[in-house]
Amino acid sequence: MTAAFLYGAAGLLLFALGLWSLLVHEPLLRKLIAFNIMGSGVFHLFIAVAHRSDGSSPDPVPHALVLTGIVVAVSATALALALNSRLEEADAKASSSKTTPSGAPEPNTTARTGLPKPSSNGANRLRWPSR
Amino acid sequence: MNRDLSLLIGILVSLLALLLIWIFYTTLAADPGPRLAPLALEQLPNSGVSHPVTAVLLNYRAYDTLLELAVLLAAILGIWSLGPAPSGFQPAGPALTVLANWIVPLAIITGGYLLWVGGHAPGGAFQAGALLGSAGVILRLAGHERAGLPNEAAQRWLVVAGVGLFLLVGLLLAVFGAGFLTYPKASAKWLILLIETAATIAIGSTLAAAYVGGRPPLAQSTSAASKDLGA
Amino acid sequence: MISNSLVLPIALPLLGALLVVALPRKMPILGALAALATTGSGLWVTAQTWLQADLGVVLGGWGLPLGIGLAADGLSAAFLAMSSLVGLGTSIYAIGYFAGSERCNHFWPLWFLLWASLNGVFLAADLFNLYVMLELLGLSAAALGALTGSRAAVEANLRYLLVGLLGSITYLLGVALLYAGYGTLDIGLLSERIQPSPLAAGALVLMVVGLALKAALFPMHFWLPPAHANAPAPVSAVLSALVVKTAFYLILRLWLDLFPAELSNAAAAFVLGVLGAGAVLWGSWRALRAERLKLLAAYSTVAQIGYLFLFFPLIQATPAGIARDDLIAACVLMALTHGFAKAGFFLAAGLVQQKAGHDRIDALGGTAQSMPATTFSIALAGSALIGLPPSGSFIAKWVMMRGAFEAGQWWWLIIISTGTLLAAAYIFRVLSRAFGQEPTPQCFLTDARAEIPALLLAFASVALLGLAAGPVWSLLGFQGAPA
Repeated sequence: MTAAFLYGAAGLLLFALGLWSLLVHEPLLRKLIAFNIMGSGVFHLFIAVAHRSDGSSPDPVPHALVLTGIVVAVSATALALALNSRLEEADAKASSSKTTPSGAPEPNTTARTGLPKPSSNGANRLRWPSR
Repeated sequence: MNRDLSLLIGILVSLLALLLIWIFYTTLAADPGPRLAPLALEQLPNSGVSHPVTAVLLNYRAYDTLLELAVLLAAILGIWSLGPAPSGFQPAGPALTVLANWIVPLAIITGGYLLWVGGHAPGGAFQAGALLGSAGVILRLAGHERAGLPNEAAQRWLVVAGVGLFLLVGLLLAVFGAGFLTYPKASAKWLILLIETAATIAIGSTLAAAYVGGRPPLAQSTSAASKDLGA
Repeated sequence: MISNSLVLPIALPLLGALLVVALPRKMPILGALAALATTGSGLWVTAQTWLQADLGVVLGGWGLPLGIGLAADGLSAAFLAMSSLVGLGTSIYAIGYFAGSERCNHFWPLWFLLWASLNGVFLAADLFNLYVMLELLGLSAAALGALTGSRAAVEANLRYLLVGLLGSITYLLGVALLYAGYGTLDIGLLSERIQPSPLAAGALVLMVVGLALKAALFPMHFWLPPAHANAPAPVSAVLSALVVKTAFYLILRLWLDLFPAELSNAAAAFVLGVLGAGAVLWGSWRALRAERLKLLAAYSTVAQIGYLFLFFPLIQATPAGIARDDLIAACVLMALTHGFAKAGFFLAAGLVQQKAGHDRIDALGGTAQSMPATTFSIALAGSALIGLPPSGSFIAKWVMMRGAFEAGQWWWLIIISTGTLLAAAYIFRVLSRAFGQEPTPQCFLTDARAEIPALLLAFASVALLGLAAGPVWSLLGFQGAPA
């Protein structure tokens, strides 16, 4: 009982921490990490529920639910990251066309370092209420 | 965001956490009530596999797993719809090339082992698929434009393989058998292994393709790594 | 065998998605065939439920606590019929809309995944399965919404995706708590075991808040207008007509079938009603102020979702009996009418946008002249959004106002009538612009393949659901439509 409670309570704390971070922080990457922490919190709770104090084998159903949930969370994270990188690309294009209006292309950092050029403000920001 | 507002949100969220923990405590303190565990373990000999989690994933609640593969498919289709992939990394240096040459085959072999062992011990299609996907990530980091995957037309078949075979088995069982995704006891083991194999390939190639981050590049780069994951 | 047919409205669109992914060259033909098959199977299930009895099946042959159940009762069947017909109309429209465009290749597979998840939500009887369905819905909807590729669309749909994820993870926490307390995930079994306890109350709040976020209930609606207004027209149509309805359907389902009456009490219902009232007023006001046709339609969706939540305090306050049945049926009728009307409105708005190159309301002069059928669709759909007779929402609002009188909750009447006036104002604002020049249309239809689906959907919202509202009552198993 104590072990299950501590484990489940830790999960609930993780959920709350993630929720706070998701609501408060603007950079998209932090929001996504926060969402994954919330997910981990819920999965912790499922694992805690599966645990039995009487020593019998744990309930396999919540374990399977967690596995399903992990794959779903991975898929969602992948799509969100792809959307985000598309947004950063659009911003980088817009800012580079602004800084070099003559049309002279900037040295392409992507080709040199293999890494996409970091956008001017470091991270893409996403505010909750839309303008 | 405004400091005061984020403090307020913090206080509210902490209260929520305390409330939820209290609810959870009272629930645990009360009579645990009926559980699915005894039933799931009792039916295990009839499920075709001997590991309870695999039995839940691929037999009792196979429908969830089918849909979960569809979620993965939706993610990769969404990523492809955003346009061509960004250019990859430069060809790896000698150290990374050697590392990739060792790790990629090892990951594929380990993936195959995890797939097989899932029937009676922790493991299964998702763990194996994740390993295959990570092999693809390493290939992409080592300069392989398509993360070791074949061309676009073949990739399209690879990413639907998991859901496709799963759904086909389900529909055939609905028409000729006892019902949708109701395996006959005698062939349950082999049907599950077949579905898991297709799922492993699909998950591995989907994760690798998702890491590429866009529609598959046309040209195959001439890097040291040339294994095709799906083959 | 009949029970197995419950799987088809989910399995057939899924199969269609796989085929169009694997064989992209055959896309429009395969797409059309799969759309027809999906609609056929959905209507077949609706007809079975209507003519015979509620359907149910537990997949895998393991029986209930272990397997996953699918179930179709009148409520599911009504929403399933809506998703089948609106889906078919949108599919036919999409063939023309995306013709010759590269986006066609991306639209069809994602749309079939979305359709499978819509039908899957309406037929599911298992709380965790609903979570997976909701995630499939959220991912494919966000990807579809970003198909135009413009920066605004990508940003709006990224926000939509995140909000959807927040909503579904909150819902999942509620499910986890329920499993901790009662050890089952099946809605039917759970409703037998559930007791009014802090646990059930916590789960109810978490699940309803998570779903309300996905249903864009005021003030959690902020993500909806940009996401719906920037999507391609067929996608906007399904997002507004069907996708937000799934979350509403689930709240209604949990409210009616799962939670004990001690928890779904007057206070909880009043909160939902107040939020609904806020949505009606705010959404209608913003729709009136919107500069673009599609943004107007998106804000109108916020308002219409609000009306649906106004039913909760009335249903809660009315004792079980014919009056309560009438309210539930009217609520479903309102949701269906809005589904058809908004789909028709968005499809027609898409045609206007395609033809004029923009959808600024102020510059729509002469649309009635150049596109008479499309303008007629907007007018028909608009009359259903206002709630003019003989549309389905007229009957629904009538029943709602009668219910408010009988329950002694007169304050909802003010909200309903203000919302209706505002709706009339924003619809006539569009129509007065569209009919701005002397109307001498040469030919009613200009592009039959694209215009007819929009026209039929708008027509269905007015005529089919208004003049023949009786079937909704009998589908739900209630007696007689209101006089």
